[in-house]
Amino acid sequence: MSAETVHGLKPRGLARLASDLPVSGIRRFFDLASELEDVVSLGVGEPDFFTPWSVREAAIYAIEAGQTAYTANAGLLELRREISRLLDRLYQVVYNPETEIMITVGVSQGLDLACRTLLDPGDEVLVPEPCFVAYKPCVTLAGGIPVGIGCRAQDDFRVSLAELARALTRRTKAILLGYPANPTGATMSRAELEAIVDFACSKGLYIISDEIYDRLVYDGTEHVCVAGLPGAFPRTITLNGFSKAYSMTGWRLGYACAPPEILTVMKKIHSHTMMCAPTVSQKAAIEALKGAQKNVADMVAQYDRRRRIIVDGLNQLGLACPSPRGAFYAFPRVESTGLSSEEFAERLLLTERVAVVPGNVFGDGGEGHIRCSYATSIPRIKEALTRMRRFVSSL
Amino acid sequence: MEDKKKLEILDILSRDSRTGAETIATMTGLSPEQVAEVIGDFERRGIIKQYTATIDWEKAGVDKIVAYIDVKVVPAREVGFDAVAMRIARHSEVRSAALVSGGNDLRVVIETTHMNELAKFIAEKIATIDGVAGTSTHFLLRKYKDDYSLFEEPEVDTRLVVTP
Repeated sequence: MSAETVHGLKPRGLARLASDLPVSGIRRFFDLASELEDVVSLGVGEPDFFTPWSVREAAIYAIEAGQTAYTANAGLLELRREISRLLDRLYQVVYNPETEIMITVGVSQGLDLACRTLLDPGDEVLVPEPCFVAYKPCVTLAGGIPVGIGCRAQDDFRVSLAELARALTRRTKAILLGYPANPTGATMSRAELEAIVDFACSKGLYIISDEIYDRLVYDGTEHVCVAGLPGAFPRTITLNGFSKAYSMTGWRLGYACAPPEILTVMKKIHSHTMMCAPTVSQKAAIEALKGAQKNVADMVAQYDRRRRIIVDGLNQLGLACPSPRGAFYAFPRVESTGLSSEEFAERLLLTERVAVVPGNVFGDGGEGHIRCSYATSIPRIKEALTRMRRFVSSL
Repeated sequence: MEDKKKLEILDILSRDSRTGAETIATMTGLSPEQVAEVIGDFERRGIIKQYTATIDWEKAGVDKIVAYIDVKVVPAREVGFDAVAMRIARHSEVRSAALVSGGNDLRVVIETTHMNELAKFIAEKIATIDGVAGTSTHFLLRKYKDDYSLFEEPEVDTRLVVTP
């Protein structure tokens, strides 16, 4: 509707905050890749395994049994109890299922709730990057100011305490951590995270810890649940979910854990904006926690094999790629080709039909890299590597 | 080398027996020489019995008659079920033979190309064995899954091509 044909007074315009959000860099590549045929995609940020059958079956049963009404705002108590047991068993972190755990619509919603609960307009959040593309927009949408802290390949993309301290201002409210990380596959050691927690304690900061890839760790790496570190519990919001470990991305199910004062506010927002997470997904998740642990172990073993294949393959191509210790992404450098991340990714896609995601879309520190997901079968990974070899040789 | 690594090699081969030693080496963090040695050892000891392919014969357009036969056995003194089981198992038509718990004793799977061949086999080669008290034959109508492979659902990746 153009200005000339508008009937009556033109509305004052859309909200600045949302309109001014930059379009995700991934979007462009998605659009490009969807138009092509025979694309081997290493650009997928979700598992290629189906949700374990027993979990799907539990959901089907729940539907058949007519369990389709709203659940409690915070989610089914049985599910919250299972989550509490799990976190205690895995990380010796104890969250009270009645007052300190809530079920969210994916970690995405958990992050949104966390931001809206913690941030007053203008509050700053330190965000190590390259990081998940939604982190900074979520902070912005909540009225906060995301402060990106660039991490370097030479540090294995682990955020440095010195850099965090340098970026601190009067308005800094929280630190947003996401380890194991998307897109770098980086993990942080207990000692490193303890130092960050100490820093948060000494400066009076909150911590939001997105631990969605917690089960996908390799080479004997221990995942550290931040909330369990000394001093962390009262100031930390732990976010996790079912998308990666149980291949339940489309089910939209996650959970947020925090001390009661924080969680109560998160639940308040949740009650108005979501009411509750999908009931059937919650039912399925109970089965996932009770009966699908072996499936998780199997998947991790599979991911580990693929990880080794892809890292080995990328290095052999001349794209320096250290072995990532978590998640399911390899983040090799493409600088040796003389191309920028976007140039590399676009030309690779158009000439050899291999989709990767250029590293720059993930923030400072990502330029010069590409993100290659190994959440895909070994034959496909090998096919991708073969095509990439042809591409790199042609440069 | 710890047993866990050796079992990992077996697991990889059981999923895809064509996985080369180099690839297995990359997957497990061992050297190709180590992998080849372990595999050779397993082969010699009969732990790896053979390398085959799981074929969808129906799709290939080949008609096969497959029968699952439950054989009731009267165990012989001193040799139990083994003697009868081996007499049956040695026939080339027998794809698999196992002693199982339950109502019948042996579960035998036979593959032939013609029904009368099968009937002849059961009547002349199995039912006549000393120690076989009776047989109960079930014919394969349709395979849904074999060797961990689903026959019906093709492996199509339905995910969006690029996601954050």
